[in-house]
Amino acid sequence: MWNKRREEEVPKPYTPPNPGATPAPAAPNPVEAKKEATSVSSTPMGRIDVEARSGSATIGKAVKIVGQIYSKEDLFVDGDLEGTVEALEHKFTIGPNGTVQASVRAREVVAQGTLQGNVEATDKIEIRKDAKLVGDIKTARIIIEDGAYFKGSIDIVKAEPVKAAPKAQASAPAPAPSSPAPAPVEAKR
Amino acid sequence: MLLAERLRSILRGPRGAPAADEAASKIVDRSPRARFVSRQGTTIETVTRSSRGLEEFFNHIRGQSGLTVLDVGGATQQNVSFITNLGHRLYSEDFLGILNESFGPDSAVDQSNPGRIEYFLRQALDYPEAHFDGVLIWDVLEYLAPALLTAVVERFHKIVRPNSYMLAFFHSDQKTEAVPYYTFRIQQMNLLEVAQQGSRHPTQLFNNRSLEKLFGPFESVKFFLTRERLREVIIKV
Repeated sequence: MWNKRREEEVPKPYTPPNPGATPAPAAPNPVEAKKEATSVSSTPMGRIDVEARSGSATIGKAVKIVGQIYSKEDLFVDGDLEGTVEALEHKFTIGPNGTVQASVRAREVVAQGTLQGNVEATDKIEIRKDAKLVGDIKTARIIIEDGAYFKGSIDIVKAEPVKAAPKAQASAPAPAPSSPAPAPVEAKR
Repeated sequence: MLLAERLRSILRGPRGAPAADEAASKIVDRSPRARFVSRQGTTIETVTRSSRGLEEFFNHIRGQSGLTVLDVGGATQQNVSFITNLGHRLYSEDFLGILNESFGPDSAVDQSNPGRIEYFLRQALDYPEAHFDGVLIWDVLEYLAPALLTAVVERFHKIVRPNSYMLAFFHSDQKTEAVPYYTFRIQQMNLLEVAQQGSRHPTQLFNNRSLEKLFGPFESVKFFLTRERLREVIIKV
């Protein structure tokens, strides 16, 4: 009975998150394996950087692009960009060092740096502290942090009412007339 | 003792409703002060207070939607949310920021220089004629010298649609010292959260007479005096 309990308490050996990497030789002691994993970690990055860059295409701060960008994945720009950006179903982030002079159309736009141009975001726009946005905005939701600079107009475009599934309609006792939800604008302090 | 109790019960009314002065004191009590430390490490004090001027402003645009409103106090989440939730389009300008950029902090450069005035107007109020249905001016006009002030007021007259309203605040203290300048955040139709950002020297002092003269070309001017010795002014274009 005592032995069984001890067996249950033995921690599982750590497996690295990268599936493509060659598996490390089986560690005799799980504590040692953990140490190994810690030493592999790269230079520490800021919270925002990690958040924004994970799983997105990145344009580094030493890069300048002039032209049109169509993106089918999330895009993080920390360099200079002039032209137009279209990432209709994705998130477009301007990093703290990013300077974008472009008209932008995306699902979600997050500004940490400078953006000059009109912005259309089907979901939301976030203007973070120390960010500068000059241009007209069309979006469903907007978040402006204290300390952000914004010059331009804001049009809240109400999301189209989503059609309910026929099954759900049938189960409902009395179908209420669908009305567009009030423009949801998040408050952030 | 008994008489006082009886008098109190009469004042409370038949159903124990609060007396008029009690109700009034409750309104007064709705000005809680709060302090928080900003990310820059400075302590910001905020006060929430009722505003007749703001109430009057929203009374005029209540029941309408799709109006175009200009807020020259810079973008704040609360104001953006409040105005866009009413179904209006909001334009945001950081008037004091542009003033600093054009004339230096605390107006180091002469505010009567015509070239500078033109530059300022181009930066802050470059809009077509009769473009806005309402303007939230807040307290920014206090920091403009006479020549710049006249040019700005003329520009407002041009870019705001006739029969629309503007809301402006002026300190009524007859002092030439620096007065605090604020960020005004709309909480409700008649409730403002006021956050002091610093202090500036007002370039001139205003009383009712000088304000009437300043807004002479406008349709009408209405004043509300607050407990903080602030004149809230509703200007009809």
